[in-house]
Amino acid sequence: MSLIESGYLEWEELMRLQSLPDADRYRKGPVAVIECVQEIPCNPCETACPRNAIRVGSPITSLPKLDADLCVGCGVCVARCPGMAIFIVDQSTSASTARVSFPFEYEPLPKVGEIRQALNRKGEPVCSGKIVNVVNPPLYDRTPVVTVEIPAEFANEVRAVGKEAAYA
Amino acid sequence: MLYRDVCIVGAGPAGLAAAIEAGKAGASVLLVDLNMRPGGQLFKQIHKFFGSSAHHSGTRGCTIGRQLLKEALDSGVEIWLQSTVIGFFPGNKIGIERGADHTEKQIVTVTAKKVIIATGATENAIRFEGWTAPGVMGAGAAQTMINVNHVRPGNKVVMLGSGNVGLIVSYQLMQAGCEVAALVEAAPKIGGYAVHAAKIRRAGVPILLRHTIVAAVKDPDGCVCGCNIAAVDDHFRPVPGTEETIDCDTITIAAGLKPTMDLVKLAGCALTFNPAFGGYVPLHSRRMETSRAGFFVAGDTTGVEEANTALEEGRIAGISAAEDLGLLSSREAGLMRGEIWTRLDSLRFGPFGLRRKTEKERILQAFESEIGTPQALS
Repeated sequence: MSLIESGYLEWEELMRLQSLPDADRYRKGPVAVIECVQEIPCNPCETACPRNAIRVGSPITSLPKLDADLCVGCGVCVARCPGMAIFIVDQSTSASTARVSFPFEYEPLPKVGEIRQALNRKGEPVCSGKIVNVVNPPLYDRTPVVTVEIPAEFANEVRAVGKEAAYA
Repeated sequence: MLYRDVCIVGAGPAGLAAAIEAGKAGASVLLVDLNMRPGGQLFKQIHKFFGSSAHHSGTRGCTIGRQLLKEALDSGVEIWLQSTVIGFFPGNKIGIERGADHTEKQIVTVTAKKVIIATGATENAIRFEGWTAPGVMGAGAAQTMINVNHVRPGNKVVMLGSGNVGLIVSYQLMQAGCEVAALVEAAPKIGGYAVHAAKIRRAGVPILLRHTIVAAVKDPDGCVCGCNIAAVDDHFRPVPGTEETIDCDTITIAAGLKPTMDLVKLAGCALTFNPAFGGYVPLHSRRMETSRAGFFVAGDTTGVEEANTALEEGRIAGISAAEDLGLLSSREAGLMRGEIWTRLDSLRFGPFGLRRKTEKERILQAFESEIGTPQALS
């Protein structure tokens, strides 16, 4: 697995190890993408989901499985996953842009409307992104979930933004 | 002379859990810790914990610490901080030195019917040229500085070791505003959970596998101003000609932990050497009792694992002590322990946990065959 040799997942590897939403589902609305591919004893995503769309079951080292038809992309699991390995991808708002939501635990927290560098799994900048949402309710226990809007072709690549504001 | 049913040494997750169980059963419990605050390492664990819903998963370690502390106080547990156990004497007398280093200390003797040792673990050091220079420290020490004392150890850090401690502390150093210039690991693979590695990769931290630190570079004052690294061969020897220097003012070492055995040895408990658990560990029964009757152990002292297993072992030790005091029937205590062992099995499972289960079984079997019944020290 390249993940334990490099620290990042290749998209092909992720597709092989996890069940991801299909193209149809992406077009319908926001949906969770679970990038958890290692059998570790952990299941809070299962209890976090208000719609029971994530199943870990027994033993708790099993990989989580998403029922993409039940998932509405609310993002509760994104804040709850201790591994910060769940993202929400939304390809339904326009043909040219996509939105990616991810946990963000650094200061300063991005502000809506701000432009930041959008980063891939290796931390490399791939494009600039506009922050369109920042949510941090008590339920998320101090793990804000940030949503960035990026060109649609980077939907499967962008998983973070830079720690500082960038001005494109 | 003070008399207590149970004296517990170490107020981390294992000690607190033991105190809660013994206290709930009706024992008078004294919990002793040398630190200024209880909670062991829990209060510096600001990240959300892995585990099952039954194990507070998704909850931050510091929050779990607060919950345990409240539960312990609600169970009537008495906590002495800045108090160090300095001796065990005949008749189950325990010598305790009380007071901070800058104050006049006081020696108190407590007689306890049962003793639970939950003294945790100590960070391993890695020796390289300049490893004693100011700016080189354990990753755990850096974590205490940022998360407990709110002081950055430096601005630019090189981390050595890709186990979960190295990965998590790298992330938390960045949260505290430090730059992590590189994470260096001699092995060909990342040791800790891949999701922790992914988190710091996304933040742009290079992870250099098959590399080691050969020297700390010192400025004219003797403090760290850089770090010489080199690639290693299959036998972890630096490869000549691959050296490079990384600018940094701090080097943190996350090279694993070893059980803190001082009191276990002082108590004369039978030991075994177990590399998977970090070194010498006490032989113990499924009741967490050692070869010395009335002396129990729990948590990282019995082998380095993590907070959830420490907590569960602590519960078992507290229940067993209460049982021996006649506060719980053997049936009750047995049922409670059975449930906890089932939960422990679920934690010691999968590619990261199975070896710990095998090793724990080995220790339990060695106890059965070599000790059988714990003996009072003559």
